[in-house]
Amino acid sequence: MSGTADLDPPGTDVRMRATLPARYGEAIFWLARYMERIENLARMLDVTESFARDDRGVGNWRSVAQINGDDALFHEKYPQASGADALRFYMLDGDNPTSIRFAMRAAYQNARTLRPLISTEMWAQINVFNKEIEGLVPADIAPSRLSGLCSRIKDGCHTHAGLIEATFYRDQGWYFYQLGKYLERADQATRLLDVHHHLLTVARDDLGADRSEWQILLRASAGYHAFRRVSPRGISLDAVVGFMLFDEAFPRSIRLCVRTVGSLLERLRQTYPMLRSTKPLECYDELDASLTRAVAPLIAAGLHDYLDLLQQQLGGLSNEITRAYFEV
Amino acid sequence: MSESMVQGSDGFAPLLDGYDPGGFFCELTTPRADGGREVRLIAERLAHLGVEELRRRARQIERSLYDLGVTFTVYSDANAIDRILPFDLVPRVLFAAEWAEIEAGIAQRVRALNLFLHDVYHDQHILKDGTIPPELVLKNANFRPEMVGIDLKHGTYIHICGVDLVRDEHGRFFVLEDNGRTPSGASYVIENRHAMLRVFPDLMADIGVRPVDNYGLKLQAAMGALAPAGVADPHVVLLSPGIYNSAYFEHVCLAREMGAWLVEGRDLVAIDDRIYMRTTAGLVPVHVIYRRINDDFLDPAVFRPDSALGVPGVMAAFRKGNVALANAIGTGVADDKAVYAYVPKIIRYYLGEDAILPNVETNICREPAALRYTLDNLDKLVVKPVGESGGYGLLVGPAATKPEIAAFRTQLERDPANYISQPTLKLSVAPTLTEAGIAPRHVDLRPFAITGETTWVLPGGLTRVALKQGSLVVNSSQGGGSKDTWVLA
Repeated sequence: MSGTADLDPPGTDVRMRATLPARYGEAIFWLARYMERIENLARMLDVTESFARDDRGVGNWRSVAQINGDDALFHEKYPQASGADALRFYMLDGDNPTSIRFAMRAAYQNARTLRPLISTEMWAQINVFNKEIEGLVPADIAPSRLSGLCSRIKDGCHTHAGLIEATFYRDQGWYFYQLGKYLERADQATRLLDVHHHLLTVARDDLGADRSEWQILLRASAGYHAFRRVSPRGISLDAVVGFMLFDEAFPRSIRLCVRTVGSLLERLRQTYPMLRSTKPLECYDELDASLTRAVAPLIAAGLHDYLDLLQQQLGGLSNEITRAYFEV
Repeated sequence: MSESMVQGSDGFAPLLDGYDPGGFFCELTTPRADGGREVRLIAERLAHLGVEELRRRARQIERSLYDLGVTFTVYSDANAIDRILPFDLVPRVLFAAEWAEIEAGIAQRVRALNLFLHDVYHDQHILKDGTIPPELVLKNANFRPEMVGIDLKHGTYIHICGVDLVRDEHGRFFVLEDNGRTPSGASYVIENRHAMLRVFPDLMADIGVRPVDNYGLKLQAAMGALAPAGVADPHVVLLSPGIYNSAYFEHVCLAREMGAWLVEGRDLVAIDDRIYMRTTAGLVPVHVIYRRINDDFLDPAVFRPDSALGVPGVMAAFRKGNVALANAIGTGVADDKAVYAYVPKIIRYYLGEDAILPNVETNICREPAALRYTLDNLDKLVVKPVGESGGYGLLVGPAATKPEIAAFRTQLERDPANYISQPTLKLSVAPTLTEAGIAPRHVDLRPFAITGETTWVLPGGLTRVALKQGSLVVNSSQGGGSKDTWVLA
């Protein structure tokens, strides 16, 4: 993990630095989660659209709905369940808690709460970004424009990430931001892997024929080229799943995200001993233990149950963080 | 345009060519004893840029204010719209001598109002000897019996005061209103200056404008000084109603400038008559609250029980002296529009001085003679409800239609004690960028004073401008804008 080592000059104990209203801590945590969610959704919509078009069309949109566990809401609101409906559902539908519009509104509300704390540049960027997302109309997600839009949304998220890196004062609030971000990223990775794995195992006997499914998975995580380098001589189910789950260097692997959370919690405890970090750290240890597994037996036993366990543990850790730091 | 009114009118060409303030006093072009050089510089620079370039920069400023979210929220039909306070980029200039008078006048006024409040909440001399009708104070909705007998540091009740000033055709300043509760606008003074410095670095060079960026420091120092005795490192917070309040940006700006946390009621808790902030590491004591919540909503245990914005128990902590509030509770009895009429008397009563800044002549409609005069002259007067702010519910006689006047007459007759009336002033104007080029528009001025033991006045203040031609209403909720206000050093 980058950026957390030796950042705090020793012996500074100004009140503004040591004290953080709990409500702000929670808003930072959720700002990070929603911004990360927006990026993940944009990645997924982009590749699903580009790669789903070639042969199966609508089919893959089902998988998107499954990833997010909102099959039911989707089919209730859009009985036709066309590709266009799915895009609209994930891009523009403010009722859908896993839409970009919903996540952007939530991020914006949190940013409003955080205005007294965050840098002017951070605030202004989110303010403008939110207006852009609010201004989107169905014509903006037409197939010919979708990829460009997804790129702009990713750019918006990356500009935000850059401003966090360059301008966000690194006291407790910064830790809560990073915690939210990596927890969300890990959570999104489990969902992405779950659905694609499901589709993959159907075609397990003939991986070559389902290459596009791999590509969607790896490209949605920006891991395709890295994976090819790590695994240049072929594609195997074990290798792809192992890469997504456990790769030590891939920034969207579940293990890297979770370990980052662990070292953040540890450093938070050291730097701010007055915080109640015990429970979250215990929770992290359990999660970390779950990530020390061999891939092949996991797949044999059914990856879905394993991913489900990870999701529950991630949710549990998120709840413990909330309880320990934000509920006073 | 009368030639004698405009100094060096050649220097203003071509931009101010044809600029005609009419019979009004112009804040820029009407000659004063000092400041001629600076005015010439400003006019020359504006002329050099030309109207098109000014428009381009005006758009740039509005864009940046919008992106930065320097906005207030207008609520209408269940929609919340973030609007910027329209900004006019031609600065309003106050000359050094003018400012000295304003500064002294405001300090005097705040001092007298604080003495008045102390008296009203203690021995009530001014009521007992009949200088002010007792019922005007004691029956006033803003009088807070809970404050009786409470002693405040330096006897200061109004720590932050915004005094609305207007200027007549002779250039005389008058006080239109004292805002001694939770006056807003100081953030726009700070942000307007930032915007000017970003977009207009070339306009201010070599002019010597007094800075406004130490407002937050002054505020933090004044608030810190209110902390209970024995507190070495006072913890000051700004209490806001939260993100849905129309003035939320102002609260954000001031909290940032002060280096204090912006908190909501739910962030604070009272335990054993002390106030604490809920933090990630548990409860942390709070010593001073700069509150931007009205008295009514501050403590549901004492005032409105339905208030979700306040902190139950804060009043008890305040009474015990464990937490200071700025402004103090109950200041509304001093800035009430009916009490306003007595402020010159109040100044004489407590300070033995004449008011440096006079009041606008005011008819108190609760008095029969004043009511009769008002009813007879509705078409010439401005009539205001005493309990309202924001320019709502008032009648501007000369601008009103006959049916409007008739309707207002009924209202006034029904509840005369709720109204005052004042002559329509010939408000001063300032050059303003309009669709028709640079044209005169009416302005007022709200300087901000911070008072602990002594009073400090932020140089300048908020100049509000009525952007509509001929309009006298400068309120932001009714089509007003603002200008950067330059006090010449």
